[in-house]
Amino acid sequence: MSIRLSEVRKGFGPKEVLRGFTLAVEDGETAAIVGPSGSGKSVLLKHLVGLLRPDSGVVVVDDHSVPELARDDLARLRRRIGYVFQFAALFDSMTIAENVGMGLRRLPGWDRGRTETRVSECLGLVDLDGLGGRYPAELSGGQRKRAGLARAIAASPKYLLYDEPTTGLDPVTTSVIDGLILRMRDELGVTGLVVTHDMTSAFRVADRITLLHEGKARFTGTPAEVRTARDDVLRGFVEGDPGLYYGLQGGRRNGP
Amino acid sequence: MPDFLSKPLAVAGRGTIGALGSVGRAWTLFAASAGATRHFAIWGPHLFPQMARVGVASVPIALFIATFTGIVMSLQASYTLTGTIPLYFVGTLVGKTMILELGPVLTGLTLAGRVGANISAELGTMRVTEQVDALETLAYDPLAYLVVPRVLAGILMFPIVVLLAVAIGIVSGWFTALQLLDMSTPEFVKGLRLFFEPWDVWFAVIKSVSFGAVVTGVGCFYGLQTERGAEGVGKSATQTVVIASMIILCLDAFWAATLL
Repeated sequence: MSIRLSEVRKGFGPKEVLRGFTLAVEDGETAAIVGPSGSGKSVLLKHLVGLLRPDSGVVVVDDHSVPELARDDLARLRRRIGYVFQFAALFDSMTIAENVGMGLRRLPGWDRGRTETRVSECLGLVDLDGLGGRYPAELSGGQRKRAGLARAIAASPKYLLYDEPTTGLDPVTTSVIDGLILRMRDELGVTGLVVTHDMTSAFRVADRITLLHEGKARFTGTPAEVRTARDDVLRGFVEGDPGLYYGLQGGRRNGP
Repeated sequence: MPDFLSKPLAVAGRGTIGALGSVGRAWTLFAASAGATRHFAIWGPHLFPQMARVGVASVPIALFIATFTGIVMSLQASYTLTGTIPLYFVGTLVGKTMILELGPVLTGLTLAGRVGANISAELGTMRVTEQVDALETLAYDPLAYLVVPRVLAGILMFPIVVLLAVAIGIVSGWFTALQLLDMSTPEFVKGLRLFFEPWDVWFAVIKSVSFGAVVTGVGCFYGLQTERGAEGVGKSATQTVVIASMIILCLDAFWAATLL
């Protein structure tokens, strides 16, 4: 099992965001975690790279218990994980090429020439050829997302974590990003975990979809199983029906 | 307990707990940053650019302030001493106060605004836009990448900026004495050398090293603690200037009590 989360709990002050979340992602598959904004999807993802520590529960990536890793061991694990941030999180004082090459500079045996070659390759993979000399502020939202993806794949990671990769993008650019996620799985063989509230995108890219609801995995299944599921909360979320979705939450029919 | 007593006590209690928490977090950051100095490959390439930003770019404002401080010191010394003490003591007062107090402290306070707020706003923006998290996911130690080169640059460059400011302050005081006070150069230099001790310069250097560490360290601390977007960035920059200025004044008294 590549990624395993078991009974993960995490709270911020009095608010408990994760209340015993459990999920397993197999090697080479792309899983999606869906749920409304503020449900704890990004919090969950940050546990996998050690940016957050769980209050309790198990977080295992590549057979390593992430919360128990020493600082140097965690750095080594992070080199095998690519993380695509919701708003790209590009270093705004660097060019796109410098951003993409940033992770490679920490790897042994990567001289300037080899790094530049790899940066060009990655920019080509995300269709940003020729834009390496620009700064993040000079790119559109979709281009920034693609640059963030290029940075995440530069060190040829075994795992790719996508935090809301299509949020705020137009349908065409969303489709391009979804295509890239599929290419990462099919051509590079990476194990992917996508958190999103965009069901169209989740159906397109995921082998399995999990609904995060009230801090727990409410439902896990293939896209076909999700489409035919009878679970009212899941149907409410997929169909965008607040009555159905909140109907089971003690009368919160008007939404959050 | 009546409300008029319990409420102020509760506020004071919360304030104390908050302050102690900040001291604890600052100490943790300091210890972790000291450990991060072993990653020379990460912070080494950024040291000289930071020295230029923290030090070289601060020279104009530091010299501007020192110039006018020297002029005012010279005129006020003359005003105070005329008719009672020989006028060459103007040189003594200008030299002693610029080296021991005004050079380091005024420069420190000025750079708390210029350098401290700059560092805090930069790191705060990186924090709220997840650039600090991105560094971590790329296997960089953010303390080695962001904190170590800035604090080292402050420690190395503040003494240089302060010594330049002291020199310019004395020169402007001397020039004022020549042009406006009818003093001669030998008179001014005689006063300047009268109570001069080489230790005075070391005292200024020690103070400025500590001010450099405080200004950059406080800027990094509040920058990395930033939350809640643009408002949080502004709050961090303000806190940096206020807290760094307060620590500078406390340290100023501490060094005077322990080293003089």
